[in-house]
Amino acid sequence: MAKFTTLTSHAVPLPEENVDTDQIIPARFLKVTDKHGLGDSLFCDWRYLKDGSDNPNFVLNEPASQGAQILLAGNNFGSGSSREHAPWALVGWGFRAMISTGFADIFKSNSLKNGLLPVEVSEPVYKALMEAVQGDRSTKITIDLPTQSVTALGSLETTFPIDSFSKHCLLEGIDQLGYLLSFDDQIARYEQQRP
Amino acid sequence: MQPRTLFQKVWDEHVVVEEPDSPAVLYIDLHLIHEVTSPQAFTGLRERGIEVRRPDKTIATMDHSTPTLPKALWVIDDQAKAQLGQLERNCKDFGIELYALGDSRNGIVHVIGPERGFTQPGKTIVCGDSHTSTHGAFGALAFGIGTSEVEHVLATQCLLQRKAKTLEVRVEGQLMPGVTAKDIILALCAEIGTGGGTGHVIEFTGSAIRSLDMEGRMTVCNMSIEAGARAGMIGPDETTFEYLEGRDHVPRGADWDAAVERWRQLRTDEGATFDKTVVIDANKLEPMITYGTNPGMGMQISEPVPTRERFEDASQQAAFEKAMGYMNLQPGQPLLGKRIDVVFIGSCTNSRISDLRMAAGVFSGRKVADGVRTLVVPGSHDIKKQAEAEGLDQIFKDAGAEWREPGCSMCIAMNGDNLEPGQYAVSTSNRNFEGRQGKGGRTFLASPLTAAASAVKGEVTDPRSLLLS
Ligand code: SF4
Repeated sequence: MAKFTTLTSHAVPLPEENVDTDQIIPARFLKVTDKHGLGDSLFCDWRYLKDGSDNPNFVLNEPASQGAQILLAGNNFGSGSSREHAPWALVGWGFRAMISTGFADIFKSNSLKNGLLPVEVSEPVYKALMEAVQGDRSTKITIDLPTQSVTALGSLETTFPIDSFSKHCLLEGIDQLGYLLSFDDQIARYEQQRP
Repeated sequence: MQPRTLFQKVWDEHVVVEEPDSPAVLYIDLHLIHEVTSPQAFTGLRERGIEVRRPDKTIATMDHSTPTLPKALWVIDDQAKAQLGQLERNCKDFGIELYALGDSRNGIVHVIGPERGFTQPGKTIVCGDSHTSTHGAFGALAFGIGTSEVEHVLATQCLLQRKAKTLEVRVEGQLMPGVTAKDIILALCAEIGTGGGTGHVIEFTGSAIRSLDMEGRMTVCNMSIEAGARAGMIGPDETTFEYLEGRDHVPRGADWDAAVERWRQLRTDEGATFDKTVVIDANKLEPMITYGTNPGMGMQISEPVPTRERFEDASQQAAFEKAMGYMNLQPGQPLLGKRIDVVFIGSCTNSRISDLRMAAGVFSGRKVADGVRTLVVPGSHDIKKQAEAEGLDQIFKDAGAEWREPGCSMCIAMNGDNLEPGQYAVSTSNRNFEGRQGKGGRTFLASPLTAAASAVKGEVTDPRSLLLS
């Protein structure tokens, strides 16, 4: 997994609430057998017109969105299906972090395992960021994982929660399976005690 | 000992290692896999050169992209075919039992787990599928995981987990005729919203839950995830034991008695507390239906679609308006009488025998309205056989509905069963997200009774108007 320490980037504003993983990546793209190449299908049904051309009204297609690594999204982002294809598609497009007032549980857990940082902020902070980013699409936001802080606009500074284990894994680029495998003895002992 | 909740008891039983500042290592008793969310996990195992730790605790099925047309086992496209082929190869290479397409035990993953008796009280159960919450109906701790975690469980039979908070949903009273388990859970989603249960495991309690049969309880737990909760649980009781006794993979004889004795302890203790409680009055429930593009956008079927003013803040209002645009509905107008194009009766929410019996009860002696396409898709081959033995298939066919082979079908529209752009469907499945049942398709979620009644009338219909007439 790629390490995450500090990220400064402009952001893509997506103010909708409850964006579900069926929107992030529709089910017809789930027939793949690897994790790569899903970035082109990210938000497919919002992003492309019937004839397959880009929908100019969808934020991801705006020139100002290009190169952005932060997604600024409405509350309860990533609800619904457990498909890890959702973070794979977001990462495939180029996102490294998401800022919202809340993320759905499974989606959050999946994102953390793919080096995609979910940053939870308060409603007023979210609103201030959204206003700033929509007002000026070149607004830069800095997310610093060691200090768990978000800064922007020179004046806005806030912290965000992350559990210490996930933080450690992201900072070091540790993959969790390696860690889990180190408990082999305890797992074997547990299995012996069970009927 | 401190009084504990059902969730806490199952959690405690399965903790392998718990250290401060780290997530617990939680042991998993049953791992269900299917074609869509497992291929990358097996690739990971191969890359690391590790085996599946407990193939004996792993069961595979094919369901998401499988065809449902009778006797035509063609698969929608080459990509889906490759994915199914890969599951077959993975199961063979790693020694995992697979209920492949065509196997008489094949069906939707959350239908066959309980049906074959793999799902049992007190177990921890996971699957790369959010509706794993279904199995909580038996007092198991069951939740959906992502593909990375599928790999973790294949490799170690464990997961790194943080303990969730608990939410009690107490449903007291008695359901009126025409009101079903599906209406209970749709009412909960409407009440707390799709994010209302985030971070929580729900325990459903109360007299209305106790009086549900196991299939109704599964319907309720199935959609816990639509209220944002990862898992839903119901304490096991005589209804649970009666359902399980004699099934393929449950203990027999003295082992059975011992198991039941153990399972009886799986009750939330007197005095144990929940982090939150929501109370629903079953006596007041009516048939529910969704009008919008997430399962929380639901209402009583006799109500008009809400108006913008019902929502407090600007972003909720924006979401509501976007949903109205997608659904092409007028705020403030009734949904009753709205013309529909398709009715789908199926999915891991409502494809069990009691669901089919409910629908058949409505269809009996009646016809599907002209211009409405109706699909009835049983959840498994066992259910299909049972329905055919009872003559339900004939009732569906006589009414003009299509009687299909088991699978997820139009719930996720990966197999060629899908809505066309702009079509309206009344569906017994669990998600009304934009495009979920086919690109541009519009879904009203409801119970099997409401779906069948709507098929007969060709419009959104209160089932009580047919049942009571
Ligand atoms: S029926 Fe629908 S919700 Fe259930 S497992 Fe299949 S696709 Fe998922």
